[in-house]
Amino acid sequence: MSAKLNALTSDSYTEVSQYRDQHFKGNRYEQEKLLKQSNTLYVGNLSFYTTEEQVHELFSKCGDVKRIIIGLDKIKKTACGFCFVEYYTRGDAENAMRFVNGTRLDDRIIRTDWDAGFKEGRQYGRGKSGGQVRDEYRQDYDPARGGYGKLAQQHRSTERPNSF
Amino acid sequence: MSRRRHSDENDGGQAHKRRRTSEPIEIEDRLESLICRVGEKSTSSLESNLEGLAGVLEADLPNYKNKILRILCAVARLLPEKLTVYTTLVGLLNARNYNFGGEFVEAMIRQLKETLKNNLYNEAVYLVRFLSDLVNCHVIAAPSMVVMFENFVSVTQEEDVPQVRSDWFVYVVLSCLPWVGKELYEKKDVEMDRLLSQIEGYLKRRVKTHVPMLQVWTAEKPHPQEEYLDCLWAQIQKLKKDRWQERHILRPYIAFDSVLCEALQHNLPPFTPPGHMPDALYPIPRVIFRVFDYTDAPEGPVMPGSHSVERFVIEENLHCIIKTHWKERKTCAAQLLSYPGKNKIPLNYHIVEVIFGELFQLPLPPHIDVMYTTLLIELCKLQPGSLPQVLAQATEMLYMRLDTMNTACIDRFINWFSHHLSNFQFRWSWDDWADCLTMDLEKPKPKFVKEVLEKSMRLSYHQRIVDIVPPTFSALIPAEPIFSFKYGDESGTSLPGYPVSITVSNAIKNRASNEEILAILKEVPNPNQEDDDDEGESFNPLKIDVFLQTLLHLAAKSFSHSFSALGKFHEILKNLTESDDGKLHILKVIYEVWRNHPQMIAVLVDKMIRTQIVDCAAVANWLFSQDMAHEFTRLFTWEILHSTIRKMNKHVQKIQKELEEAKDKLEKQQHKRRDSGDDEDMEKNSEEDEEGQLEEQIERLQEKVESAQSEQKNLFLVIFQRFIMLLTEHLVRCETGSVDISTPWYKNCIERLQQVFLMHHGTIQQYMGTLENLLFTAELDHHILAVYQQFCALQL
Repeated sequence: MSAKLNALTSDSYTEVSQYRDQHFKGNRYEQEKLLKQSNTLYVGNLSFYTTEEQVHELFSKCGDVKRIIIGLDKIKKTACGFCFVEYYTRGDAENAMRFVNGTRLDDRIIRTDWDAGFKEGRQYGRGKSGGQVRDEYRQDYDPARGGYGKLAQQHRSTERPNSF
Repeated sequence: MSRRRHSDENDGGQAHKRRRTSEPIEIEDRLESLICRVGEKSTSSLESNLEGLAGVLEADLPNYKNKILRILCAVARLLPEKLTVYTTLVGLLNARNYNFGGEFVEAMIRQLKETLKNNLYNEAVYLVRFLSDLVNCHVIAAPSMVVMFENFVSVTQEEDVPQVRSDWFVYVVLSCLPWVGKELYEKKDVEMDRLLSQIEGYLKRRVKTHVPMLQVWTAEKPHPQEEYLDCLWAQIQKLKKDRWQERHILRPYIAFDSVLCEALQHNLPPFTPPGHMPDALYPIPRVIFRVFDYTDAPEGPVMPGSHSVERFVIEENLHCIIKTHWKERKTCAAQLLSYPGKNKIPLNYHIVEVIFGELFQLPLPPHIDVMYTTLLIELCKLQPGSLPQVLAQATEMLYMRLDTMNTACIDRFINWFSHHLSNFQFRWSWDDWADCLTMDLEKPKPKFVKEVLEKSMRLSYHQRIVDIVPPTFSALIPAEPIFSFKYGDESGTSLPGYPVSITVSNAIKNRASNEEILAILKEVPNPNQEDDDDEGESFNPLKIDVFLQTLLHLAAKSFSHSFSALGKFHEILKNLTESDDGKLHILKVIYEVWRNHPQMIAVLVDKMIRTQIVDCAAVANWLFSQDMAHEFTRLFTWEILHSTIRKMNKHVQKIQKELEEAKDKLEKQQHKRRDSGDDEDMEKNSEEDEEGQLEEQIERLQEKVESAQSEQKNLFLVIFQRFIMLLTEHLVRCETGSVDISTPWYKNCIERLQQVFLMHHGTIQQYMGTLENLLFTAELDHHILAVYQQFCALQL
């Protein structure tokens, strides 16, 4: 029949991003292969107060959710602003990449990205203070993510003795 | 160590195409790109771009003719919104190279035959429309186009074919006339008149039983929900009255008239419509969705009337744009907003109407619901000064007409509106809807607001909802989603199950084994049983109640905690729910403890079906039971029911797929064995063993499929039976009391019955015989039977 036009089959929202998990056990090729087959999404920029129930309600609009794993601060074991959402089928996860990524949950623009698959231990933040790395270094004040970044918080507490 | 960070602008993904090294492929990509992109925003005019492209392609014909033919055929099929751009291009090529024009027409006819064979009827419409516009470009001779139309319309004379078949052929002809009606009438007015009168006769005798089932509103005012063929006929009639003057369609070929009229035309080869095949899947009928008319756009250009052909063309093109770009919301929104000719029409109104038309389409929207929500958000971002107002206006109008809106459409309205609000801090002028506060809560308007607030709460939290609505709305605010533990407070201590609940709770906290817990539960008295009866192997509702309430109370913190609890005590739960009574009771208990948190009920029911603690029929029976009658009109009830049916359907499909795969594997094995006839005996034996195993597996899978299908059929029978019982009861009661049957409950129930048919029509088709013989017989009340007959009429 007629050609399948590459220019018309663009589905860029479902493409694999540049991010690669540095702690992944395996080589880049294996990681990419898993990302391309995965039914699991990493979800970032959540508020610390966003619940599993809210995540379930939103992501269920794209299909049946198999499980949700809320990301935790490694030390405090409290939510630290990310989670994993696993679907039963890849097609449902693709719809989430197309229609949930970049929209709001709990008033915040959330971001979704392909994940190679949940493994025990990956539910913990990898920042030195126990939360996510991004919360270590950021300079802005975000009340839904513990206020100032961890480094900025330290600076603030050491600054005070000098002011009169 | 380099720290790779997530890019924060993951707005559309970066496609990194590896550089290709082989030249011909590069050129083919370039050709594709050139052809696909012509007509898009450019510093030069469309005409000069087309002229330039025609020159390039003409030069490439000697080496790349077939590739160019295939690309052009593809854009004809896949980019219908740019129809006239590409017909002009073909016209220019035909003027420069007559043979190429002829080959293109032949290729298109071949493609048309293929698409019809493959049940791609919607794409076939675009192909025929393309061919008809080629008449305007002097590529195809008008008389031969008229002959093709005559062949299409002659299908209406066929006997014993589904009405949807002849519908399609009539639709194709009518839908081409906005583009080519004028030209065809100028050349062959006698034949065209005859054609139109044949069509008119057909439309008059056509059966329209299916229409009520597809209408978004039952009311005729303010906008009648017209059947699609009736509407198109009215539009063509009006066009004819206007002497085929059509001013909306962009026609680049007019600028090239002097070149094109010098070209030689081709005659379409005679095309006989393929005969009806039993497995043909013609498109289902549609109803045209209208929410705006010319009085609704307060300033700026006027909206073309509902029977103007402009309205048809605009809506067609907007639908096509969505069909092409739905996966990429930014592109889709941009393409919609840059619709050519947008300055002469209230484009925002058309866009909102078309999007809602798709969202509310019955039986199902063309694309997943959430796509429309996100697309509207994108559109609001691109046109922040104008689109949100139009959207708000449409929402207001939809609210005003809730009384006659189809229940399934109200569901989608609820889901859309709550999700949309959650992206805009739940800002809404709730006071505008204060009229719903004085109504009976079962009426559509207060019910709608209540459900919206409930869904909004799920996307936020209870206090947020309290904060966003005026205090006058407190009756509509959902309950706080907290656990109701009967053994938890003062009054609980006197209940018969209380002591055991304390023991069980401690046992669970101390990680007792399943055996230990079962032993504890043996102490629970059975209220159903006579004293001194058997050892209590029969169904003991109190046992289930005590164990489940206690367990779920301990696990109430989150979904994950509850799932973990169900998993850990799976054995006990299966033990307690062996009987059908047990299964029903476990559902009752779940409802009792979580009645203020329907979202939790839904996820628990889902988990229990998947882990086979309850089966689908049990869930259906529970939802229709007397205990749940007061929740019968709530959205969550139907979400659970449809989710249950979907799980059943997916289960059957999964096993069928496994069976197919096993059969394929066996076939391959058998081929392999036949092909390698001279092998040693040893290998032959092991191959025969493998085949034997496969044959056994296939037999087992066959049984599994049959058993799954039997369960599926039973599920539908249960559901339909329950509907019939409830509806008949209501109708009889009203009749004897001489009361009007049309209560809000009745409207909800009868439309929920419709919804089951519509949402699962593919699956239900298999069981029509049984349904007709057992349930939907002539003895049934005609109100109920009408729903079944309308459903059958969809594929007549």
